[in-house]
Amino acid sequence: MANEQHKVTFYNQVAAIPGGERIKLCLQCGTCGGSCPSGPDMDHTPREIFAMLMAGKQREVLRSNAFWFCVSCYYCVVRCPQQIPITDIMYQLKYLAIAAKQYTIDAKDWSETFVGQVENYGRSFELGLATQYYVTHHPLSGLRMGSMALGMLTRGRMPLLPTRIKDMNGLRAMLRKAKEIARQRDIEVGVQA
Amino acid sequence: MKYAYYPGCSLEKNAAAYGDSFKAIANILSQELVELDDWNCCGATEYFTLNLLPAYTLVARNLALIPKGLTDLAAPCSACYLNLYKTDHNMGLYPQLNSDINTALAEGKLSYAPGRVKVRHALDILVNDAGCEQIAAHVKRPLHGLRLAPYYGCLIVRPDHGFDNPEHPETLDRLLKALGATVVDYPLKAACCGGHIPQISPETAFVLIHELVATAVKREADAIVTLCPMCQLNLDGYQAQANNQFGTNYSIPVLYFTQMMGLAFGLAPKAMGFGQEFVSAQPLLDKLASPPPPEEEPKKKPQRSKKALPIPRKIETGDRDREGHEL
Repeated sequence: MANEQHKVTFYNQVAAIPGGERIKLCLQCGTCGGSCPSGPDMDHTPREIFAMLMAGKQREVLRSNAFWFCVSCYYCVVRCPQQIPITDIMYQLKYLAIAAKQYTIDAKDWSETFVGQVENYGRSFELGLATQYYVTHHPLSGLRMGSMALGMLTRGRMPLLPTRIKDMNGLRAMLRKAKEIARQRDIEVGVQA
Repeated sequence: MKYAYYPGCSLEKNAAAYGDSFKAIANILSQELVELDDWNCCGATEYFTLNLLPAYTLVARNLALIPKGLTDLAAPCSACYLNLYKTDHNMGLYPQLNSDINTALAEGKLSYAPGRVKVRHALDILVNDAGCEQIAAHVKRPLHGLRLAPYYGCLIVRPDHGFDNPEHPETLDRLLKALGATVVDYPLKAACCGGHIPQISPETAFVLIHELVATAVKREADAIVTLCPMCQLNLDGYQAQANNQFGTNYSIPVLYFTQMMGLAFGLAPKAMGFGQEFVSAQPLLDKLASPPPPEEEPKKKPQRSKKALPIPRKIETGDRDREGHEL
């Protein structure tokens, strides 16, 4: 019984997103995985993920690399005969994997660095993003990617200084409130911080 | 017509070629762009990974900044376009989401009622509002002889924003034809460039990039024409690294459709941002500058041999066989 309860909770956490209630309509047809440009690199295709989700395999789902390889191309979404918002579910699984500290690959660092810039300036700042990301997380491949950054700089495609929006205080207040509400919604479905 | 304009971070610098050429073209086609005051980043595909509601709120702040009286928002970057479109759409669909977002916006004394504006891609407003006829009327230097591969990528047409087919879009094809170019049949036109995957798993990304580049080259395109800064950066900036991974030597410029419009409208290439690309577009400009080769006479269809067997056709009532029996 306790196990059954646990399954339902994890399923509800994933299905908590707008449109998420459609997951249970999955037919296991496999169109999603077959349409996925990065499907070959996934350990489980979205179809498998949904089956695992129904079976309550929380740990296995969260430790899958599938959603980290999602490129957000929405091919699966337009082809899904049950109109399941698969891409949004992939986002939600990334979120839950980070919350549960269960992620197996460090793909979240890029997103976190990017969002950090946005939360500081209100705009993205490519030079800061690339420098911070590669120096902090991937100093070695940073050398390889450095040629790209240099190419951007010499072609005048990368600003040297960030642009900050005027109403940074307003934006910060909004994001703070949004995080507060998000936390509230998480508690309602039992997501641990 | 007058549009609210959301440039997005890329168009400020990395994709300045897109931003500058779009503004110039819109001006020629009498489309007035009113840039949103103090707009912020849309969060790209990153913020939605980390936290859904703040991500929606970040996007919605831009929608809330749209001045009263403007009904259409022009967004040239496909990722911004999708985020803005999706936020407006989902706020309309899910009351709880709408109220949560507006509670957050209120902290900055803003609010947004879903459906107040229509979020539209730059391609949509140029082709569907100005129209191909008006565009063709502005062409001073037709792109005759140029073979262009129309590349849409993902987010302009998917999930489904209603202005073109999610898998077989044609808007850009029609536009390029109106400019006088030869549109290459490009089966990967709506395939994915990899988005942010070069940062996560370069090997995966280079497979996608290589395939897109190789297909365009094999179909003898002079350039891949794109409408998204992410696609442009991946196909152009990582073309050399994708070549490395596969031992190939492809070299095909990746240009924005607005740059091609600028060329056709007779604007100076430099003002259209030519020269900012990694893979030089100079060969394409040279080809355009040299007079196009005379049109080849269409070859006559080979005649069927008189001795050939008859072509089978459907039997109709009244048909008779050789001996006169009705079939």
